[in-house]
Amino acid sequence: MKKILISTTILAFAASNAAVAQMTAVGDGEGELSIVAWPGYIERGETDKAYDWVTKFEEATGCKVSVKTANTSDEMVALMNEGGFDLVTASGDASLRLVAGGRVQAVNTDLIPSWSKIDERLQNGAWFTVDGTHYGVPYQWGPNVLMYNTQTFPEAPKSWSVVFEEQTLPDGKSNKGRVQAYDGPIHIADAAQYLMAHKPELGITSPYELNEDQYKAALDLLRQQRELVGRYWHDAFIQIDDFKNEGVVASGSWPFQVGLLAGEGQPVASTIPEEGATGWADTTMLATDAKHPNCAYKWMEHTLSSNLQSDLSVWFGSVPVTPASCTDGSGMQTVEGCTANGLDDFDKIRFWTTPVANCSQGEGACVPYYRWVSDYIGVIGGR
Amino acid sequence: MMPASSQPTPAREIAERLTALFWKRPGILLALLLAPPLLWLGVVYVGSLIALLWQSFYSIDPFSGVVVREFTLKTYGELLLPQNYDIILRTVTMAAAVTLASAVLAFPIAFYAARFAKGRWKAVFYLGVMLPLWSSYLVKVYAWKLILAKEGIVTWAANGIGAGSLLDAVLSIPVIGGNSLSTSFIGTFTVFVYVWLPYMILPMQASLERVPKSMLEASADLGAGGLRTLWSVTLPLALPGIIAGSIFTFSLTLGDYIIPQIIGNSANFIGMAVYSLQGTAGNIPLAAAFAVIPILIMLVYLAIARRLGAFDAL
Repeated sequence: MKKILISTTILAFAASNAAVAQMTAVGDGEGELSIVAWPGYIERGETDKAYDWVTKFEEATGCKVSVKTANTSDEMVALMNEGGFDLVTASGDASLRLVAGGRVQAVNTDLIPSWSKIDERLQNGAWFTVDGTHYGVPYQWGPNVLMYNTQTFPEAPKSWSVVFEEQTLPDGKSNKGRVQAYDGPIHIADAAQYLMAHKPELGITSPYELNEDQYKAALDLLRQQRELVGRYWHDAFIQIDDFKNEGVVASGSWPFQVGLLAGEGQPVASTIPEEGATGWADTTMLATDAKHPNCAYKWMEHTLSSNLQSDLSVWFGSVPVTPASCTDGSGMQTVEGCTANGLDDFDKIRFWTTPVANCSQGEGACVPYYRWVSDYIGVIGGR
Repeated sequence: MMPASSQPTPAREIAERLTALFWKRPGILLALLLAPPLLWLGVVYVGSLIALLWQSFYSIDPFSGVVVREFTLKTYGELLLPQNYDIILRTVTMAAAVTLASAVLAFPIAFYAARFAKGRWKAVFYLGVMLPLWSSYLVKVYAWKLILAKEGIVTWAANGIGAGSLLDAVLSIPVIGGNSLSTSFIGTFTVFVYVWLPYMILPMQASLERVPKSMLEASADLGAGGLRTLWSVTLPLALPGIIAGSIFTFSLTLGDYIIPQIIGNSANFIGMAVYSLQGTAGNIPLAAAFAVIPILIMLVYLAIARRLGAFDAL
């Protein structure tokens, strides 16, 4: 009990601290801006000339942008703990940790004129909004789709059961050894989501908030899946290779891989089955000790009002947080492109959130994330 | 140059005093020279190891997932949980198998290179062994992934010579088999042996070269045949080199986390477990406890190796 008290105190302290630091006006730029971002998230035309959403910002504001890329959410948290950065493009499994740790400050949305352009369904996302306070600006989102081989499946699979239960696929052969699953504990949520549809008696309301019984059922399903999976995927490019050379025909995946494989002429497509899908939503968050807050606010506005949303969604295979970017020609994205990347499936998506012990089922009622990690290691090891 | 002045400059005076001091007390100079490397070893190297060890005696609060900074052996107890114990067993078994296979494969190569290869051929041998070490480790592992893939060259060749059913039979062996070579332990094992083999050959060759010719001649004079000489003279004398090589292959396999991640059936090895526990889980204590295991195993291994005289061949 004491621990809870302490942690709530820290939270409250962090929150009040952030409230004090909140800006009321955006002044002139400080000349510099440093951002921690996913690889490929902030492009200045150096990888491909057609993809540049930094140069114009620098010219217009005089804020020189420097980017530090991070490959995992944990690296991002570690970098932000180190300090010295202004912004971070945090995913849902990192954002609340940053808020709880007091590493990011509340953002005054009044200072971001384009805030109203953001998809209303994202404006108050639980992964960056705490007690009605916004700790950042939505950056981009995407679903974890079911990727499948179109030669094996003439019609898109209707259910995730193709990766969870042993069955004969339309080509007459078993799915054993021909499907993959994500090599990260967050995949337990996919199993839970499958159970929401197929075992309603478990009473799962959110795949990220599982009590002991629900959690156990999800693990049992994953043990069954272990029998079907030859290798779990971890790296997008290894999965691409496995679809080409390893005879894999179905797996949870990202639009990124689907786009690359389809671009190479591989017989691959993706779908969101009837059970729905999990997904990720990233947020630009402002460091508590940001040295260049004016440039940071200018950048946050820039992320919503420039070609960034449109071009980034083409580049990364994600979906803009400003729906207008799909149609207004601000970049290369089109309505078809947005649909392909998952725009119409928003309601079927449950976004990644870090599982914590204190959930809507009660204090300490849910299985926390660190147990997801150790148990998933066990499942993959055949336990 | 200025004309020699009778009045030494202050800087020069200090330098002269220092020289005098060092001459009178050589210990001070030694201490000054040794301090930086010792600090490096002591603080950065040993210090971080101690910090690691320290962490492993903390535990994670099962309720909040926060690290509890109180001394406990609970975390080490967790290593005995079936899923964690599996990881240790899997890693040690793999390391032992890889070491054994490397030794068996390396011996003929090292033997030939040390005893029979002359002049240009010797250079070719050295080059052949070293060459794979010059290309990136990752490139090699990814290349192997393609070679061993279900639709890769090995399967293709096996089918071509009518050995496809043999390959299937091998892959259907429980535990070590799998859906394809690249998703089975056989594949992981093959790549480990390939990647670490040079580290076995080189010390082995060095120790074989040190076996005196006179001993072999003496053995022959006493009537021993080639095999007998190999078994009773060459092998015992080369043993330190073999042990030295095995230290490399064993410890490198014990700590690797890239190969089993790319090739194999995704079951965790110690390195992978440490990586995911300290990263995504924030369970630093358990990660630290896992990291201590290879250290303990290697300490025992090195103690035995030292007895067998392995360090004479390094």
